[in-house]
Amino acid sequence: MIVGNRKDFSEILEKLGAARRVLLLGCNECVTVCGVGGEREVGVLASELRLYWTKEGETFEVREHTLERQCDYEYIDQIRGFADDYDVILSMACGAGVQYVAEAYKTKLVLPAVNTTFLGVTIEQGMWSERCQGCGACILDMTGGICPIARCAKSLLNGPCGGSSEGKCEIDKETDCAWQLIVDRLKESGQMERYEEILPVKDWRTGRDGGPRRRVREDLKL
Amino acid sequence: MRLSYPGNVKVVKVPCTGRVDVLLILRAFESGVDGVYLAGCLEGECHFLRGNLRARRRVEYVKGLLEEVGLGGNRVEMFNMSASQGQRFAQFAQEMTERIRLLGPSPVKKGE
Repeated sequence: MIVGNRKDFSEILEKLGAARRVLLLGCNECVTVCGVGGEREVGVLASELRLYWTKEGETFEVREHTLERQCDYEYIDQIRGFADDYDVILSMACGAGVQYVAEAYKTKLVLPAVNTTFLGVTIEQGMWSERCQGCGACILDMTGGICPIARCAKSLLNGPCGGSSEGKCEIDKETDCAWQLIVDRLKESGQMERYEEILPVKDWRTGRDGGPRRRVREDLKL
Repeated sequence: MRLSYPGNVKVVKVPCTGRVDVLLILRAFESGVDGVYLAGCLEGECHFLRGNLRARRRVEYVKGLLEEVGLGGNRVEMFNMSASQGQRFAQFAQEMTERIRLLGPSPVKKGE
């Protein structure tokens, strides 16, 4: 899923500026699961805004609304009837959602309430961890199902660096050395011969270095 | 025991403090209360195992939120006591009331 962190309340207030009619827009997908921008978090931020503005003696209106997704226009269209009643749409979706809402409502001020951070998994309730950087050329078959691009601090492709110590990365003691994990996993699964194969220099054009990416499937088009 | 505690304390019954969500506490503040405290069972003695421990973490989280919005984290607290410790219940009610009196009325208090 896409994981994010909510922005500090002070930063959100600063971005809102003089806007007092706020449509606070949540998303039912990834940001709900990682506890940052679903219906519940929309409720919490709306409550914070109401408490703050009431304390300040301001007149305001905060509408809470959570869409099934903010990355599909069919859902974004559902707020068309009332979006214009508000000064600003404060989106709690990932960066993709914020942008798609902004594209759909060209005259509206659309602000992000969340910093989108990574593609990851749930380690346990309340803890998430990065697993993928969307490089566009997956090599997980070669690396025991553990991604050195996302999980090695240096994205090394052929074994660990000198900063690997007792299975941990030198960046901090909580971070596993991805290459230690890969070697352990290759051993456990009897695939150590994979480690002998040299992975060539990565062609980053399939990733972000190739510019914004687009995917088309003609057969799915209407 | 015929113990008395301050009459300003309104008791909201929940099956376990683990039922108390962040939003429940925030809504109480939105309705104009001056402070909220949770009276949970003693730690390690939760009938539902971790309800009171979860409640304590949520209270800590709400403290941060209240600081952010300028109400002050001291307006919310978690206390632990067993069902047989009526004395402690009254004592915490007194303590919390005194703390909130010092802080003054909530700045989001609704007009009379």
